[in-house]
Amino acid sequence: MMAGLLKSREAILAAALIALVLLVESRFSGFAAPGNLASVFNDTAILMILALGQMLVILTRCIDLSLASNLALTGMATAMVNAAMPGIPVPLLIAMAIGMGLVMGAFNGILVWKLDIPPIVVTLGTLTIYRGLIFILSGGQWINSHEMSAAYKGLPRFEILGLPVMAWVAVAIILGFIVLVTRTSLGRAFYAVGGNPHAAVYTGIDVGRTRFTAFTIAGGLAGLCGYLWVARYAVAYTDVAEGFELDVVAACVIGGISIAGGIGTVGGAVLGALFLGTIKNALPVAGISPFWQMAISGAAIIIAVAFNARGERTKGRVILKSAEHAS
Amino acid sequence: MSLAEGTKPRHVPDRLTGRSQRVLRSWELLLFAVAVGIFVANSLASPYFLNPWNLSDATFNFTERAMIGFAMALLIISGEIDLSVAGIIALASTAMGWALQFDVGTAGLIAIALAVGLACGAFNGALVTRFGLPSIVVTIGTMSLFRGISYIILGDQAFNGYPEGIAFLGRGYAFWVVSVQLVLFAVFAVVFGVLLHKTNFGRQIYTIGNNPTAARFSGVRVERVKFILFLLTGVMAAVAAICLTGRLGSTRPSIAYAWELEVVTMVVLGGVSILGGAGSILGVVIAALVMGLVTFGLGLLNVPGIVMSIFIGALLIGVIAIPRLIALVRLRRRA
Repeated sequence: MMAGLLKSREAILAAALIALVLLVESRFSGFAAPGNLASVFNDTAILMILALGQMLVILTRCIDLSLASNLALTGMATAMVNAAMPGIPVPLLIAMAIGMGLVMGAFNGILVWKLDIPPIVVTLGTLTIYRGLIFILSGGQWINSHEMSAAYKGLPRFEILGLPVMAWVAVAIILGFIVLVTRTSLGRAFYAVGGNPHAAVYTGIDVGRTRFTAFTIAGGLAGLCGYLWVARYAVAYTDVAEGFELDVVAACVIGGISIAGGIGTVGGAVLGALFLGTIKNALPVAGISPFWQMAISGAAIIIAVAFNARGERTKGRVILKSAEHAS
Repeated sequence: MSLAEGTKPRHVPDRLTGRSQRVLRSWELLLFAVAVGIFVANSLASPYFLNPWNLSDATFNFTERAMIGFAMALLIISGEIDLSVAGIIALASTAMGWALQFDVGTAGLIAIALAVGLACGAFNGALVTRFGLPSIVVTIGTMSLFRGISYIILGDQAFNGYPEGIAFLGRGYAFWVVSVQLVLFAVFAVVFGVLLHKTNFGRQIYTIGNNPTAARFSGVRVERVKFILFLLTGVMAAVAAICLTGRLGSTRPSIAYAWELEVVTMVVLGGVSILGGAGSILGVVIAALVMGLVTFGLGLLNVPGIVMSIFIGALLIGVIAIPRLIALVRLRRRA
């Protein structure tokens, strides 16, 4: 168990993450303080949640490029409802956000499942459609902080045991995903579909339906993140989170989730997101111009991919074996 | 085109026989009908549409993207993809702006941009073919890397003061209402059409896209062909960078932001299979016209750009979904 842990990709990534934190700490003390690390975690919460949703989709050999547009559309919708009717309780708005996200994810999924359209084409299309709908919905207007109710803005920042609710939501989803992926037959089906779709059919798994489920879950999470994003930054406009879809894919890739499907872990996705989030937070602290961020995360993706590809060649089967042990 | 007609002597791989071949044969026709429909609807909707100068203006909406689209089509047919093209535009344009201080002249600037494009293409190609990495992930990485270097060099600054020659390529006219860019677009359409449909190299691209293993066994140097295609895509992104820089007259690191998805949309709309192995340059040309006409026509009607993108997105899904939906319904009825 321990030896396997040391050899695993997650352990290496975790070591790289710790090294990164210590490197920044050595140049600027205080970065590794618990309070600051908690705020990095909180800043990365949305990226982690989306990366987990994207992970399920990628596991089944698909990809969802519409997550950021989904997030922005649901965020705008909740903000508009809140601005128009501040009396509606926030939990209801959150339910609405998740519901909208589920519908958008299911729309992607149904096109992939029933019409067999390549996922990249479907989500490239819905990426622009969902984004455009924001403009139609809002007429290009912004919803600013003063138009939102205090309860709406306050919930993600409300602190419980020293951590904001947003971070707790991420923790809950991570724990939920660990159970889903390692302890349920649906979770194993995601791996089976991606590992070998033909074999999955013979074991009685409906490949299309499993992919549909992955898209729907990812969409629901994007909807939840829509509320979290808009409430946290207290502003909603058409271009919210534009380009974020590729950050999410990048987090998955850095986390060792194989774009070819069937390989990846919850820990990997979380660490991949935290790695990007740490870089983002460390640059201003270390006095490096924020303009360096894009190039650094690009280089990190390429290095991670090269590294993972080396591992995959020898380790592709090991994960299937450990899956057998788990079940 | 030869794909669509290639029933007799040059029989193309098995995937294209039967129903799918008929679909492919009608694809360009279907798309052409859409283009004509949009054209007619636009001329009825706005009195300004049929003005030759306005129409000529409209071509700038797609020429730069389409030039990359031709190379991207080849790459996608071979089973790979390059999402870093917009990043290459940013880097090539930044390199041109940086070189302004050395007074290298128009030819020098063009050479620098092309060299950057070639280098970026070689970098992508080497990562994909030498190290066997998946191109979609590699180019998501290089997309950030290339544009990121532009951000490091430029920050919140901009380069401007490009010579007349560059401006002429970007917004000049060859004769009457025909812009230099439109001429370039036509020339590259023919060049890539011939390369894909009339040469041995083009056949190899289809073979690789349909079955890389079989291609390797029949003596196609798969890695080499793919590497060349990445080089070509890099160079075409640089050509687009030169035109766009000339047209805008300045370089910011956010130049051509998110174009990679628009280019891919254009190529897929043009009937190129995202799974590789099928597609034609004619399809990409018509798709470029469709996208240009939609953007321009809706623009005349004061429809904001973002709403047009809904239309493009719906078109992308619709043209693929509707034939399949009809087939599905027919299948149900028969059962």
